[in-house]
Amino acid sequence: MRVLILGIGGAVARRVALQLRDKGHTVSGIDTRPWEDAPADIEVHDVDLRKRPAEDVFRTRRPEVVVHMATVTSLRVQGEERHRINLGGTRVVFEHCRTYGVKHAVFVGRHTFYGAAPDSVLYHTEDEPPKELASFPELADLVAADLYASTALWRYPELTTSVLRVCYSLGPSAQGTLATFLRGRRVPMVAGYDPLFQFLHEDDVASAIALAVEKRVRGVYNVAGPQPLPLSVIIREAQRQPVPLPMMVLRQLIGRFGLPKLPPGALYHLQYPIVVDARAFKEATGFTYRFDEVRTIESFLADHPPPRPRREELFDRLEALGVLKQ
Amino acid sequence: MKQSESVKERLERLELPFNAYGVDPYGVSKWHLRVIFEMMSFFYRSYFRVRCHGIEHIPARGRAMVVGNHSGGVAVDGAMVVTSCLLEMEPPRLAQGMAEKFIAATPVASTWASRCGQFPGLPELAARLLEEDRLLMIFPEGARGTAKLYPQRYDLVDFGTGFMRLALKTRTPIIPFGFLGGGAAIPTVANLYGLGRALGMPYVPVTPYVLPLPLPVPLEIHYGEPMVFEGTGNEEDTVIQGYVEQVKERIAGIIERRRHERWKGVAS
Repeated sequence: MRVLILGIGGAVARRVALQLRDKGHTVSGIDTRPWEDAPADIEVHDVDLRKRPAEDVFRTRRPEVVVHMATVTSLRVQGEERHRINLGGTRVVFEHCRTYGVKHAVFVGRHTFYGAAPDSVLYHTEDEPPKELASFPELADLVAADLYASTALWRYPELTTSVLRVCYSLGPSAQGTLATFLRGRRVPMVAGYDPLFQFLHEDDVASAIALAVEKRVRGVYNVAGPQPLPLSVIIREAQRQPVPLPMMVLRQLIGRFGLPKLPPGALYHLQYPIVVDARAFKEATGFTYRFDEVRTIESFLADHPPPRPRREELFDRLEALGVLKQ
Repeated sequence: MKQSESVKERLERLELPFNAYGVDPYGVSKWHLRVIFEMMSFFYRSYFRVRCHGIEHIPARGRAMVVGNHSGGVAVDGAMVVTSCLLEMEPPRLAQGMAEKFIAATPVASTWASRCGQFPGLPELAARLLEEDRLLMIFPEGARGTAKLYPQRYDLVDFGTGFMRLALKTRTPIIPFGFLGGGAAIPTVANLYGLGRALGMPYVPVTPYVLPLPLPVPLEIHYGEPMVFEGTGNEEDTVIQGYVEQVKERIAGIIERRRHERWKGVAS
């Protein structure tokens, strides 16, 4: 099959591309981010998805399957720009799919769709609506993109649409929300809270998306793998240092002293769990994960050991300069 | 329970799918359970000297629901029922309560409650736990039950019907239990609803000595024979209410039988 991957420059998207290529599909992709060492048999188009040259790719390459991974989750991109990329981009993708006779569209969304709240159920099923959008409006564009993609199921019945709500990914690339959060030596927590986090090795995420392409599943599916873990356990096993701070203090400190800049709503995700039920996807595709939670954290840790304390680095430099003796 | 067997040993025999980190798929943590049950076993054996009867009525494995009355202004009843299932059952089981939703929003309490398997009372979650053959602990009186004052300590207030629809839908046996002594352990003389709202909880109980701290009063738990109801959970309200009344009558009967005898044989 001819497969077009949108957002092919991302760590997981690259893995999807390689897996599908290895299975004999003709893979091409669109991204403004570079993929320097892309294999010669994977064509990468450096164009903006919302611009005319992207439509030219659809028209000239005539993909049978489109995997839409060109959404932004990073909360560093905010406001109108996020809205344009996530919702505007998704709309354009489905219009092109319809115009150029694409048979199968896969929208890769996030499990954060369901929202974090004290009365949220553990193991959300696909028929549940999003919650807590008012407290975390920055996520609204991703939720809207997910719901827009879901409407293709009835608006374009001739197009097989898969909407995947994928849990956090973790692995050697250290890309993604959870991995970025764990990169530093100290990891902030909201004191008194220790939510469950659900994650999947990035190779397994790629396998799940490739499986959705091959099985051509139609509908909305949660995608997850091993059991969730409390955030404190993930931090401990990743050999980071948890820094529990009262909510009021954390609100004041985010974006300062090396802590990530996050909108206040994001702190809800450090208080309450978002855990999804992925049984429907497993039944539809037969998906099984290769990396359990222990191996997934180990693979992240192997490539991203905790940064050394600044004091040690300073001593090393002083030793190198001969100021201190070994 | 063999007196020589420690809480740690009994926790090792819990038939829950703990992973390499000692955490189950719902976040129940062996480490947290040990800390809590070490403390609870002291209260169970030495402080309240709990007398537990009929524990054999709770199935050793498979889904089940223990359903009983609230007794006492704070959750001493729930804590002792959960402890009885761990310390008295063979093999030990973890009874998972459906807690008030405010607990999930309360710092520290939310973490400890969920790590010990006590989740917010959400029907979807309860159904899922039962489908995975877990043991649920239900107090159908809800917060109205814990708000009972000392003179009403042996009374039952209205039961909710959600537990019965859940039991029918998931084909779960109900093990009724009567809990006695909680009202004397925490003799509530008034409930401060305004202060409770300010603190994010339903109410704050007040005792003659002001604080709702439990007195070392002997407590009793009597488990009755399992009750099995046939249906789909979609029956008319009148049908469901009839089933609920049967459970309520069974619990009221246990309380009525035991309330006059409960001081007999209690060691001074």
